[in-house]
Amino acid sequence: MTTLTETPTPPAPAAPGNAVTRGIAAVFKRRETSIVIAILVVIAAATLVNDQFLLSNDGFRNLLLNPSIYILLSVGVAMVIITRSVDLSVSSTLGLTAYLTGRMFIDFPGIPIIAVFLIGIIFGGFLGLINGALVAYARVPAMVITLGTMYAYRGINVAWAGSNRINPQDMPKGFTSLGTAQILSIPVLTIIAVVVLIALAWYMKNTRGGREFYALGSDPEAAQLYGLNVVKRNLVAFVLCGAMAGLAGVLYTARYGTVDSAAGYGVELTAIGGAVIGGVAISGGVGTLWGAAFGAILLLTIKSALPVLGIQDFWQQAVVGVLIIGAIVLDRVLALRQHKKLLTTKADAS
Amino acid sequence: MMSRSAPPPALELRDVGKSFGSVVALRSGTIVVDSGSIHALVGENGAGKSTLVKIIAGLYQRDSGTFRLQGADVTFKTTADSKAAGVAVIYQEPTLFPDLSVTENIFMGRQPTNKLGRIDRAAMHSETVAIFRRLGVSIDPDRLADGLSIADQQIIEIAKAISLNATVLIMDEPTAALSGVEVERLFAVARSLRDEGRALVFISHRFDEVFALCDQITVMRDGEYISTVATTSTSVEEIVRLMVGRDVTDLFPKEDADIGDTLLTVTNLTSAGIFEDISFEVKAGEIVGLAGLVGAGRSEVARALFGVDGYDSGSVSLRGARLKKKSVTDAMRAGLALIPEDRRKQGLVLDFPVGRNITLAIRNRLSRWGILTNRAENAVADGWASTLQVKAAALSTPVGTLSGGNQQKVVIAKWLATHPSLLIIDEPTRGIDVGTKSEVHRLLSELAGQGLGILMISSELPEVLGMADRVLVMREGRITGELSRAEATAEAVMLAATQSSVGAGASLDQAAAAAQGAAPRNSSDTTQSLENTK
Repeated sequence: MTTLTETPTPPAPAAPGNAVTRGIAAVFKRRETSIVIAILVVIAAATLVNDQFLLSNDGFRNLLLNPSIYILLSVGVAMVIITRSVDLSVSSTLGLTAYLTGRMFIDFPGIPIIAVFLIGIIFGGFLGLINGALVAYARVPAMVITLGTMYAYRGINVAWAGSNRINPQDMPKGFTSLGTAQILSIPVLTIIAVVVLIALAWYMKNTRGGREFYALGSDPEAAQLYGLNVVKRNLVAFVLCGAMAGLAGVLYTARYGTVDSAAGYGVELTAIGGAVIGGVAISGGVGTLWGAAFGAILLLTIKSALPVLGIQDFWQQAVVGVLIIGAIVLDRVLALRQHKKLLTTKADAS
Repeated sequence: MMSRSAPPPALELRDVGKSFGSVVALRSGTIVVDSGSIHALVGENGAGKSTLVKIIAGLYQRDSGTFRLQGADVTFKTTADSKAAGVAVIYQEPTLFPDLSVTENIFMGRQPTNKLGRIDRAAMHSETVAIFRRLGVSIDPDRLADGLSIADQQIIEIAKAISLNATVLIMDEPTAALSGVEVERLFAVARSLRDEGRALVFISHRFDEVFALCDQITVMRDGEYISTVATTSTSVEEIVRLMVGRDVTDLFPKEDADIGDTLLTVTNLTSAGIFEDISFEVKAGEIVGLAGLVGAGRSEVARALFGVDGYDSGSVSLRGARLKKKSVTDAMRAGLALIPEDRRKQGLVLDFPVGRNITLAIRNRLSRWGILTNRAENAVADGWASTLQVKAAALSTPVGTLSGGNQQKVVIAKWLATHPSLLIIDEPTRGIDVGTKSEVHRLLSELAGQGLGILMISSELPEVLGMADRVLVMREGRITGELSRAEATAEAVMLAATQSSVGAGASLDQAAAAAQGAAPRNSSDTTQSLENTK
């Protein structure tokens, strides 16, 4: 390759400053950091009022256990939101899979627990595939499609379960004990959620497929012009989201033992709220799965801390609402500030 | 070596056709580009250049004709296909992902990965740095693409093409939004790419740039190939003649009307970065054409006049009374009307029936105690629909189902119903069939005869030359020419619309001289570098 004949102007040095201090500053600027700090503040406040909140065995366990199912849901939904779609049907997918899990143990006695896990994940992925196919091929906004499937999946669940209920004694002890089992005093469900989170976060950050989710959400038309397979990306996002909701359904059954046709009713809003609070922009292209997971943990921690802090039950939802609106306003302000800053750096350079 | 036949052209399209339903966008597109050359593609707006480019890019599929790349027949179904074959297209509006870093933008979809599928960020970063150094630009590879200037965005697009090792590079009006210095930088890059043996296609409306940069010029008109000439053996005048290609002044005769008092006075209107120091007048009975290239700021001026957008300084007055800034209501009350460029998005409510669309701007006047009856609406709408001969089954037909020409008539009817004294009309005949086109022209002429002042923005030269009593030409946000009907020729308008600013022009002339000095390149060199790039 020949090179340019003109002497190239050397690239301007990046912003001055020690790399270490810049690294630390970058960590503190991250959304994930502020969420973690918020979680710690909530825990500290609740513990000051009542030290049972953190220091008792139960308190510590619940703190880790409660968010685990929501981490899976928020992370799944976050992947879809990053591609500029949304999935409202995760609650119904969870409910349907949870009931399916119970039925498997009743209808196929002796079925291996691992098989039930796999079937639950695959079934959730299949429900996600239906969402994805409708969104990708029918080109109807995901909000409408998944609103429809949310009701449809729940309807199937009600028709199938009727007034039946799955009870703990219907299932093998090995499965129901998973809900309370611990390894090194960390609940197994939490470990499962964190392992899945690490794997998916790695995928989103470090693989072509993961980066294409961001590209698609950032500018769908540009993604088309780049030659990215937009349809496939949409499908994969919904399948992964459905699979996460499916896994969450299996864990739900393991944790609560009792499953009826209303299992997981309404959790989709908590899942989406967690993702949004964690910095996943509803307009796509921005945010991390770690942020979404921390957002879900914050929501759940606040929910369990409010009664301890003496805040009445009916205020809890209002607090969550304020938190979500606050997060979105904060996002908007930060985005505008960053955009302005990028514009001025350009002006300085030229 | 000597007996070997010449290498096949890098890019060859012959008699390529493309229609959308009944609309023929491209009749016979032909372009043959050799490796190691820069080829200009010129033509008026709507000549079919963009369609041709989109076929090459794989966004559209051709209906007929041949398409060869390095001598082999190809058909691209998607943009991924064309990229894989080594074709890079740089669009007028760069398409980047604002939320991702510059480096990610360059490599999206084909990032270097290790066996596990993990993206090798270090390799990506260092290649980006290398490309930027080669291009002589200082853009931080880690910054987000959001907020980059158009010029820098275009550099990113070129960096994409280089990292793709594209053998064919198509640039669709890359200089439209660039300053003189930025254009020079772009040209230096383009020449170095050519000297590596790549084939470049350069679409531009600016003739000085075409002549400074390109080796050959292909002219298109009305979706057809006209001819290909070597830059050294032609002149601007010849190219303009080939582009316009017909005796234009007789096509759209405007009847003479008595020119009356001054209606609209615009003084030193300025909106930073968009348009600057715009001053002109429109008199009763006069049609003033506002010509210029797409992106020259014409529509933006129209929007500011009508109060849709604000402006920083200057004034707009109608019959001496100053109009409020940024108030459409005030402009309408004073008697201004704006027929926008994009009628489907800005001019009509597509799902509303014809009748309701016509009365949309006068609903307050028609309503009684706040209640609007169908009867009142239809009475008014019926009158206008028949005056303008809107061809619709009924007033209740949704306007979205009408043809483009009839839709345009509905928009015109809507604004005439407000009884304006000054009509601003942006691209009055875009996307309209020929028959309706002349109807619209006749109508505008009649309206002027009745004493209406008309400011007509148009990118179609024949329309401007035929209809306007006076032609204002805008370029890069400024009025660069005011021509009377007698002075307004295709050449004069094109010249005023295309010449770059003085400083850049001079240095480009030098660049042109340098380029011509290097023009007769050794053909075996070309073959050599071609093989290198394979």
